[in-house]
Amino acid sequence: MMRYLLRRLAHSFLLVFGVSVLAFLFTALAPGNYFDEMRLNPQIAPETLVALRAQYELDRPLPLRYASWLNSVLHGQMGFSFAYNSPVAPLLLARAKNTLLLTVTATLLAWALALPLGVWSAERLGRLPDRVISWGTATLLVIPDLALALGLLVLAVRTHRFPTGGMVSLDFDSLTASGKIRDLVAHMALPVAALILSALPLLVRHVRAAVAEVLHAPFLLAAEGHGIPRFTLLFRYALPAAANPLLSLFGFSIGALLSGSLLIEVVMSWPGLGPFLLEAILARDIYVVIGGVLFSTIFLAAGNFLADMLLYWLDPRIRTESASR
Amino acid sequence: MEPILKVENLVKRYAKRNLVGPPQEFLALDGVSFAVFSRSTLAIVGESGSGKSTLASCIACLELPTSGNLWFEGKNLAQSPESELRNIRPQIQLIFPDPASSLHPGWSILDIVAEPLILQHKLGRKERELRACSLLERVGLSAEIAARSASTLSGGQRQRLAIARALTLDPKILILDEALSALDCSTQAQIANLLLELQSFLGMTFLFITHDLTMAAHLADEIAVMSAGRIVELGPSAEVLRNPSHEATRQLIAAVPQLPRSSWPAIQQ
Amino acid sequence: MASVLDVQSLQVSYSSREVRPRPVLSGVSFDLRPGEILGVLGESGSGKSTLAASVLRLLPPNGHIGGGAVLFEGKNLFQANSEHLRQIRGARISLIFQEPSLALHPTIRVGEQVRQVLAAHQSGAKSALNEKTREICAQLFPQDSDRILRSYPHQLSGGQRQRVLIAQAIACNPAIVIADEPTAALDPVTQMEVLAIFRSLRETLGLAMIFITHNPALLSDFADRILVLYAGQVVEWGPAHAVLRSPKHPYTKALFESLPAISVEYEKSRKNQLPVIPGNSSLSSLPRKGCSFEPRCPLRMDVCTELEPALVNLGESRLVSCFKYKD
Repeated sequence: MMRYLLRRLAHSFLLVFGVSVLAFLFTALAPGNYFDEMRLNPQIAPETLVALRAQYELDRPLPLRYASWLNSVLHGQMGFSFAYNSPVAPLLLARAKNTLLLTVTATLLAWALALPLGVWSAERLGRLPDRVISWGTATLLVIPDLALALGLLVLAVRTHRFPTGGMVSLDFDSLTASGKIRDLVAHMALPVAALILSALPLLVRHVRAAVAEVLHAPFLLAAEGHGIPRFTLLFRYALPAAANPLLSLFGFSIGALLSGSLLIEVVMSWPGLGPFLLEAILARDIYVVIGGVLFSTIFLAAGNFLADMLLYWLDPRIRTESASR
Repeated sequence: MEPILKVENLVKRYAKRNLVGPPQEFLALDGVSFAVFSRSTLAIVGESGSGKSTLASCIACLELPTSGNLWFEGKNLAQSPESELRNIRPQIQLIFPDPASSLHPGWSILDIVAEPLILQHKLGRKERELRACSLLERVGLSAEIAARSASTLSGGQRQRLAIARALTLDPKILILDEALSALDCSTQAQIANLLLELQSFLGMTFLFITHDLTMAAHLADEIAVMSAGRIVELGPSAEVLRNPSHEATRQLIAAVPQLPRSSWPAIQQ
Repeated sequence: MASVLDVQSLQVSYSSREVRPRPVLSGVSFDLRPGEILGVLGESGSGKSTLAASVLRLLPPNGHIGGGAVLFEGKNLFQANSEHLRQIRGARISLIFQEPSLALHPTIRVGEQVRQVLAAHQSGAKSALNEKTREICAQLFPQDSDRILRSYPHQLSGGQRQRVLIAQAIACNPAIVIADEPTAALDPVTQMEVLAIFRSLRETLGLAMIFITHNPALLSDFADRILVLYAGQVVEWGPAHAVLRSPKHPYTKALFESLPAISVEYEKSRKNQLPVIPGNSSLSSLPRKGCSFEPRCPLRMDVCTELEPALVNLGESRLVSCFKYKD
């Protein structure tokens, strides 16, 4: 067990490290830097610019910059934001919390919907419920996420049922605890709905395919022959047997929802990483961009690690396999 | 006469790691020795888990033994480098119990039989196909079906096809690992007849690995009984059946299901 | 004696996209007496596995029951609704499938899989069901039953897995067990042990059994009656000792002769060609009319190519479908 866990952890760590190197390289290769805009300003002397660049170490060779950035990561700073004139980590953390709130909620809800829908669809393979679900997912699949989000916004504006932007109302601080929660949920409804709708079709289709594949396995026929009730058969027998591909998809779905979330946040003005990173990219605030990429990677790696652990827990064969290796 | 295959003190050890505690060792073969003479059949019988299949894959050079010697035509296969084993492997062919899983379902029957020739870069295309067709007829499949895919064949036909494919490279030794076990009784008899025919025409040597003592007794000149990684009894078929000396042999004999028509001297002791 | 199960002219076909529906069982009738072991003998393509599955209506989606009736405890199972059928499956009639390594769920502990069968048919606290599970398994695993209950299927040997399947099958004290080639994947020593278990279960639980196999030798000293299937039809039916000692149908005869035997003259016949039935029974080689065994039959007559033989009663409850015999 420990061996498997450690190996998986080491994989995740390597992934995060590799992505940080690439992120550093790409941002360095991209043209321009934060101080380029100041060059157009006649009031700032070129000497000042040179001094500023030296102060922020932008004139040093790349490996050295990477080393000093790593050092600042170890000290919990993750480099320095030019625009906010502050270490990156606390800035990012405040926004990442909001993004995580969206992504985690959307992931859980999307799976909670996809599992029963997919299983139902697989059980009625080729019959009416399956055809309706297939048709629905196919339609959702061809609508771009952006159009989906805009459509939801239009709907919200027309109906006046949901707030259409931000995370909390202006009078949030004056609300009671339950009022605060209600307010937050109301604000989350639209972005979460948009995320679920973008992720759901793929998940349903994969669940359907995975379950349909095991549905005719001899052990399911045997269980049916023993009179095991349909519900137990589908959810206690078929679903765990189909878990292997679905857990890999779980790790992947977290990544998809995270990147989807960045877009939705911009459209729905959710104060998460999305708008923050967009701003930083436009301003060439490179350490914020690198920090954001790193954050997403860590989140993704954590999701995949979780999926591996779940698989390990669900499938005893992997346990013995990793033990005998 | 020199034996074509001589196995000396063959040992195969697997390491088995557990979730807790130190790794355990598992002795699949625990000092196996025997010799097979050309044009004869040695049956290796035993319960499942007695090491029969490990022995088969060691002799077919698919696995390296932990220690011991494997003499084939004057060469010790247990000590030969991979480059040399590559030349030896075509001469020792292995046939599996379930041909369905070892034949590519999408390929045509002709492709399956001719493929070993392509891999060995022998013969041109025309000659390859001629040879494949003659092999198909040799194993009792008509050359007319050569274009069909293997998935259209019945179990017995698939096993014939597997044998034809094994014969492509003129092997000296054919290892039949439970090659009849998955077949119906009447098909078993057909394939058994084919094997006997091939042996007398082509002068092949068979290692017949099975848990079916009746078929072993019918096909083999000698029977070796394996139990827990060792050969516990080895001798001419009739001798082993009449005077079994080891408990494992007696158990196997007692477990043979028999139709009431035949008498069975060995168990009437 | 009243029968516990009565199967009447069962017709089953499989449909596929390319070809017309293909009959797998055409008019199979038999009955099962209380406490009896009925051996069903057939080779691949005979429809023997379809027979097992169709009694409990567990056919694959392309399988279609075209007619006939299965009478059990006064009801026709082909007219039962799905909930009634579920209550019978595993509780009154249970099935043991061919391959013990495939018939168990790979990621559920075997004890839980036995318990689920009980839970499907009996209400009761979890602890009571657990206790019952332990009792059932203790019958089949005198030693070590607790360790085996906690194991996953891949940690068990073939013989142990087969015992788990038997535990599932007898958990609810059924009237009938249908076993489809339950020992085909086992080595002979384990096979004998499993047959001994079936024999003792028949004694202790008084259950009737349909034992399906391709190996006639397994049925001697085991089955009470034998039903021989060829190409979806009953070709011979009678008391086991009579069928095994003197088979009447040309197919049964030829099948028995093709088995190698170790007799007193064994040394003389060793390495001789075995007498075989030429050809095979695959669908493409079956005749469109007449007796389905006719193309492979050594005793064929003109009438065999024209007409389908009906079952002929030879007396002593033996039935054969062959024109060689007359009532």
